[in-house]
Amino acid sequence: MATVDFIVQNQLPMQVVPPDWPGGYWWHWLFFTVVLITFTLIMVMGVIYVERRGLGRMQSRLGPNRVGPFGLLQPVADAIKVLLKENIVPDKADKIVHWLAPVIAFAPVLMIFAVVPFQNGALLADLNIGILYVVAISSVATVGVFMAGWGSSNKYSLLGAMRNVAAVVSYEMPLVLAIIGVVLVAGSLSMNQIVLSQDIPFILFQPLGFLIFFAAGCAEINRSPFDLMEADQELVAGFHTEYSGMKFAMFYLVEYAEAIAISAIITTLFLGGWRGPLLPPWLWVIVKIFVVFFLMVWTRSTFPRVRIDQLMALAWKFLFPLALINLFVTAIQVLVWPDALPWVLIIINIAIMVILVVSWSKFFKLGWGRLEV
Amino acid sequence: MKFERYGIGLIKGMTVTIQHLLRHPTVSQFPEQRLNISRRTRGNELIWNREKCTGCATCAKTCPQGAIEIVTSTNLADNKYEVETYRVDTGYCIQCGLCVEACPYDALFMGYSFERAKYRRGDLVQADDELLESPERPASGYFHPEVAEKLPEQTLLIDKIVEKRK
Repeated sequence: MATVDFIVQNQLPMQVVPPDWPGGYWWHWLFFTVVLITFTLIMVMGVIYVERRGLGRMQSRLGPNRVGPFGLLQPVADAIKVLLKENIVPDKADKIVHWLAPVIAFAPVLMIFAVVPFQNGALLADLNIGILYVVAISSVATVGVFMAGWGSSNKYSLLGAMRNVAAVVSYEMPLVLAIIGVVLVAGSLSMNQIVLSQDIPFILFQPLGFLIFFAAGCAEINRSPFDLMEADQELVAGFHTEYSGMKFAMFYLVEYAEAIAISAIITTLFLGGWRGPLLPPWLWVIVKIFVVFFLMVWTRSTFPRVRIDQLMALAWKFLFPLALINLFVTAIQVLVWPDALPWVLIIINIAIMVILVVSWSKFFKLGWGRLEV
Repeated sequence: MKFERYGIGLIKGMTVTIQHLLRHPTVSQFPEQRLNISRRTRGNELIWNREKCTGCATCAKTCPQGAIEIVTSTNLADNKYEVETYRVDTGYCIQCGLCVEACPYDALFMGYSFERAKYRRGDLVQADDELLESPERPASGYFHPEVAEKLPEQTLLIDKIVEKRK
């Protein structure tokens, strides 16, 4: 039965409306657009709270706790403050580019959520190439970042933007290769189908893929330890140095919305999306997004920022070859043992991951130790 | 063959941060929760005792900043010096405590308080009665162990951090 459904859905060009949806296409579109924008904005506030409190506690302090109960209203207070601030545009800035950059950075992030399933079929557009769409769209945000860096006519902004472009171009490769592993196992590019095929979360089938995707995803969205396009010590604030007021708020929003988007994609690809016992499916998605985001906060508080050459080396010497090997191993497993017992595959894949990471770590040295002068 | 770099350092670091997350934070919420400062602190003010002061001006001579200004006149009837003005510019004071150590008559003390910021530069210049000891201006036990005994013992950490809830 499942295979029949699967084939039928794959042959459709795209399934925009779930068959049991009461209204027409436009009602579906309006409902999900409003829900997704609200969801993103509220999640951004929640995620900022988690980040600031979690980071505070990991650094043995409390974090914001003055506004509202437990400081829950701190993101609201910050938003009001930043919206009331003066909007300053540098004299020599390229005005149009400077004005357009936050919008171009923000729109694609919202568009990613269009294909994240919150329930079986509950998503704005069930594209049959959902994950490809995500990969294509998420890179557009980089254009916005580069426009911000270029339009500001500020050397720090430009340096930050160029670092961002370099990082995104490099990390796109391992990211996509890690996605292909999942796609091979799931047998579909549609996000909904990928979730449907996860009787066992793919993090167990693709442990190496998960590690690569997580690292590359953190680098894509400028999260620490790969946040050197905003490295405060070197570049003031990176590409948004010259932004203030509402436009800065947009970039701040983009930063966290991207983190949520990557968390949502990891949830969908590796953690079984909306599937889970007891809780309603949409709640499972949100819980899993928060778990993945907490992992990002955890790594951010732990690891120091890498240098730019270390960033490139990690992408090309470590993640890229491992992603290629992971892809080959997955392809062989899918082709040769399509009917293998899942638990056997899980044990084999975890063993392969440990062997690969340990042996690669022998060849690959980040920073070449300490130089005595 | 030693395996040194295989990510064990990353995992160790992650365990350290998660332990910090689960234990109590070590900060105090300042305006509501205060720690007792050292009993021998050299605070931002000078306490002067008019009765013990003989107007010898040893403090003014030892002050490396020249922040103490003392004007005396001769009281012929009682046959002694009388202090007319005792003025300290606490803006110049570097809290070295040399004046307190130098005073031969134990008439000078460092202050125990610490929130002594002023809005105007002129407010930092204090004279005569402003320098006397009062409940708002307790004396520190610096160089005066008999004063230090009466002060509360220093606390380094508040036992349990309680968040302020509105």
